[in-house]
Amino acid sequence: MRVLKYLLVKEFKQIFRNKALLPVIFVMPVIQLLIMPLAADYEIKNINISVVDHDRSPYSRALISKITASGYFKLADYSNSFKEAFTQIERDQSDLILEIPRGFESNLTREGRQKLFIAVNAINGTKAGLGGNYLSAIIASFNKDIITLYQTGKPIKQPSIQATVINWFNPYLNYQFFMVPAILVILVTMVGAYMCALNIVKEKEVGTIEQINVTPIKKHHYILGKLIPFWIIGMVVFTIGFFGISWLVYGIIPLGSLALLYSYLALYLVALLGFGLLLSTYAETQQQAMSLAFFFMLIFILMSGLFTPIESMPAWAKVIAAFNPVTYFVEVMRMVVLKGSGLVNIQYHFLVMGLFAIVFNTWAILSYQKTS
Amino acid sequence: MSNTNIVIATKKLTKQFGDFTAVDAITFEVYQGEIFGFLGANGAGKTTAMRMLCGLSKPTSGEATIAGFDIYKETERIKTKIGYMSQKFSLYEDLTIIENINFFGGIYGLPKAALKTRTEQLIHRLGLEAEANKLVGDLPLGWKQKLAFSVAILHEPSIVFLDEPTGGVDPITRRQFWDLIYQAAESGITIFVTTHYMDEAEYCNRVSMMVDGVIAALDTPTNLKKQFNAQTMDEVFHELARGAKRKSD
Repeated sequence: MRVLKYLLVKEFKQIFRNKALLPVIFVMPVIQLLIMPLAADYEIKNINISVVDHDRSPYSRALISKITASGYFKLADYSNSFKEAFTQIERDQSDLILEIPRGFESNLTREGRQKLFIAVNAINGTKAGLGGNYLSAIIASFNKDIITLYQTGKPIKQPSIQATVINWFNPYLNYQFFMVPAILVILVTMVGAYMCALNIVKEKEVGTIEQINVTPIKKHHYILGKLIPFWIIGMVVFTIGFFGISWLVYGIIPLGSLALLYSYLALYLVALLGFGLLLSTYAETQQQAMSLAFFFMLIFILMSGLFTPIESMPAWAKVIAAFNPVTYFVEVMRMVVLKGSGLVNIQYHFLVMGLFAIVFNTWAILSYQKTS
Repeated sequence: MSNTNIVIATKKLTKQFGDFTAVDAITFEVYQGEIFGFLGANGAGKTTAMRMLCGLSKPTSGEATIAGFDIYKETERIKTKIGYMSQKFSLYEDLTIIENINFFGGIYGLPKAALKTRTEQLIHRLGLEAEANKLVGDLPLGWKQKLAFSVAILHEPSIVFLDEPTGGVDPITRRQFWDLIYQAAESGITIFVTTHYMDEAEYCNRVSMMVDGVIAALDTPTNLKKQFNAQTMDEVFHELARGAKRKSD
């Protein structure tokens, strides 16, 4: 135990003396947590629309004002020809073109039907798809207004069935509620896995690990001496992000038990640091460790259900997500913080994370050799 | 040197990397308290041999005992008996002198009181009283090397392995470094040292010359010079290294 104490003292001294690393550990997560949730928003607003109005009638103007009044669209351009509007798309100034044909009003009132033309720039698929849908919905609603107006001569309310949606757990569909807890997971993951892997590889690179390897120091002491400091740092970073930012700034008050959340965090960090340790045994230089960590981090982040729901991934991607430790912590965070889930609801998550912890750490300890 | 206590004994010790034999069946003995020079051109296999003796690298075949412990089965016990100073400077540059000494003393399991007195002695011997709380990274190379050596023998090992300890150091510091080596040898610590400086080879009690992974010659400097009809160790080295087939890097 004395040996471990010497290792921990040394490690903490080195970490707190590293003037470049310290802000990375403690300040960067705070800044990211303040910026990212505001930007990572699923709702598509400000879709730029180009309108080509060949009709220039009261009806066509009514349609255009209905579209711009919806709040989703921004009138980017009001052109005379489709060709002109298309150049706007080519310049990426516009996402959608709505072409209103000549005789729009007269055909609509006389014949009761008229076709509109919508062209969508599908390079940004999400924006295009949603924009197209929004626009169709607005036109459908416009259509209904016209029909009632035409049939009765004045706009009246028709009796109709309306479905009302209640959003459980996040009543105002606030995306920050959804994103902040999950982004916090990513930050803890980055700090943990990166720092731990880099720290050990640095000792390899500088050559100090050789000096350690000729001492009678026990392998598990050395590894614990590396894991414990980063485990503590992970807990501290999480606490700062959770209380300091998520709670105070975003007003996200966890519904579930804090003890449960912290128990899961504790286990998660053990698994994650095991992963960092594993990376460090395969990398010889900090550059290699960085590249390796970056590769895995991208997969971890994109395949964790953080941004895109796992349910809508293809089957093979679901398999990857299932082998991604981040997936489970993101789920646990959302369940415990937003839904107030208890241990019963997340016992499966505990089990899986326990397995991750065992596999990563065992693998890492086996591949860390004092003798080559 | 009388053949009293053998502290290092190897028998056909071999290390292969793939089909390259870095160290080819070397057999030799080192006696307690002697300064044993381990010479050879770059790429001759010195460092590989030394790493095997320190338990950093597993031999492919052959036998060896260090301080009476078997090199295969008792590596961790060997590690309590040896000190090692690698080619790369390997103290922690972001820790102070005192912190480095405490750390290495601590992980060798020195009791607190002993650690304290030895730390004081060490700092006094090196004349580093004023620098004791400075970061090691800020010290000049010569001082770093002397400090690294002193830390390597802090736990009073029976053997200390020095891999080119004076590389890149000025002649005065080298001289001082060798004074430290003599002091350590007098206190009974066996010194196993590799070097490229032939004047340093003259300071050794016995010298072995490695050429292409084998020990081409082993004797006292005086006897070696006689054997090769040479004036200096430099000539002996050239005589032997000329026959090398391996390209030095």
